[in-house]
Amino acid sequence: MTSFIENLNFGWSILPALLNGTVITLELTFFSLLLGFGIGLPLGIGQVYGGNIVSRAISVYERVVRSIPLLVILMLVFYGLPSVGLNLPAFLAAVIGIGVRSSAYQSQIFRGAIQSIKSGQLLAARSVGMTRMQAIRDITIPQALRRAIPPWTNEFTIVLKDTPLAYALGVVELLRKGRYIIYSTFKPMVVFITAALIYFVLTRAGNSLLDYVNERLKIPGYESGRGMR
Amino acid sequence: MSFFNFAWSILPSLLDGLQVTLILTAVGIVIGTFLGTLLALGKIYGNKPVSWFCRGYIELFRGTPLLVQLFILYYGFPAWGLRLSPIMAAIIGLGLNSGAYSAEYLRGAIQSIGGGQMTAARSMGLTKSKSILYVVLPQAFRLVIPSWSNELIYLLKYTSLAYIINAPELMGHAKIIGAETFRYFEVFAVVAIIYLVIVIFLTQILDFVEKFTRIPGFETR
Repeated sequence: MTSFIENLNFGWSILPALLNGTVITLELTFFSLLLGFGIGLPLGIGQVYGGNIVSRAISVYERVVRSIPLLVILMLVFYGLPSVGLNLPAFLAAVIGIGVRSSAYQSQIFRGAIQSIKSGQLLAARSVGMTRMQAIRDITIPQALRRAIPPWTNEFTIVLKDTPLAYALGVVELLRKGRYIIYSTFKPMVVFITAALIYFVLTRAGNSLLDYVNERLKIPGYESGRGMR
Repeated sequence: MSFFNFAWSILPSLLDGLQVTLILTAVGIVIGTFLGTLLALGKIYGNKPVSWFCRGYIELFRGTPLLVQLFILYYGFPAWGLRLSPIMAAIIGLGLNSGAYSAEYLRGAIQSIGGGQMTAARSMGLTKSKSILYVVLPQAFRLVIPSWSNELIYLLKYTSLAYIINAPELMGHAKIIGAETFRYFEVFAVVAIIYLVIVIFLTQILDFVEKFTRIPGFETR
């Protein structure tokens, strides 16, 4: 039985090896969030301003994507699509799967943020002569994005903790790198616990960063949605 | 075979897997709720060491991915002499993880109940534990139902991870069928539909429970 200190040293020594996996994990997180943002923001806007039919369609999309486990989505994209002719590399399939799922949640985040901006803003913008599109784009969206940062931080954490599912597709992210190390060193507990700690640190660091961004972009007296008193 | 014929033919095997999925969900939520209650109470009302431990546990289990936790239980513990079956590892992992999330939901509910309740109960002579048990908790449990329903749905979806540690639940059966027939898209489409149907069904039931237990005017504190 190796001592605790020896295990500690071992954990420290495999950090560089785990680093490759960590980079892939961060890439997965970044691109999935980006895809989710790219799809989710238009969907959120569409759900608020799009009229009845568009709004309902987006609701259905969101409901369906939210009801299916992420693993099923990943399997559909990676193993299922080849059956209809589309072969995707594992990393891309993972990003698309995680990104699509994130887009459903992000659409709700942005929908909530947009709806929390008082309609008076839109009215005022229109009365100054802006078209509806201009008002939405230049007045509502910037404010809504600001309001959306806290729940979006939550979504970042969720996506980061979803990336290990890419393991099931064979992507060599942090968890799979850990497994490979175990195959040659036979110390599963230390490796997994080290990997878990890395995820933990990444979660905290990301949250701190986004909280800092939130602080910097905050307008005093405005964040509670009640405006200046 | 057409899609519908194929779907019909694989249904029995998938339903076997679904059984395991539902059991994992049910046991997981029971363990999670029980553990979550203990953790939330420990965090809010416990003394320094207990509160500190509960905080640490919740942060750890919420801050690391569920899959990593399952791997530690299934692949890690054998190195320390404890060999868990896939289902046991899945149940323990899901339960421990769900406990941390349930604890946070319950903590939010308890803290949204004004401290005045506790003060009033104490001033009437109830001990701390009796006040918690008979005054705060019943109200907190009612407030936590929406979040708890959310957690139940999440748990149902996250049981699919047990497939990765070889548990014979829905995803596992689907993968096997896919490997045998190469009709991956159709198999996973059927699985997706099954999950969709169950989630919608469950959501309707939980919405009904919510409305049933709601006290008008109570949430607006």
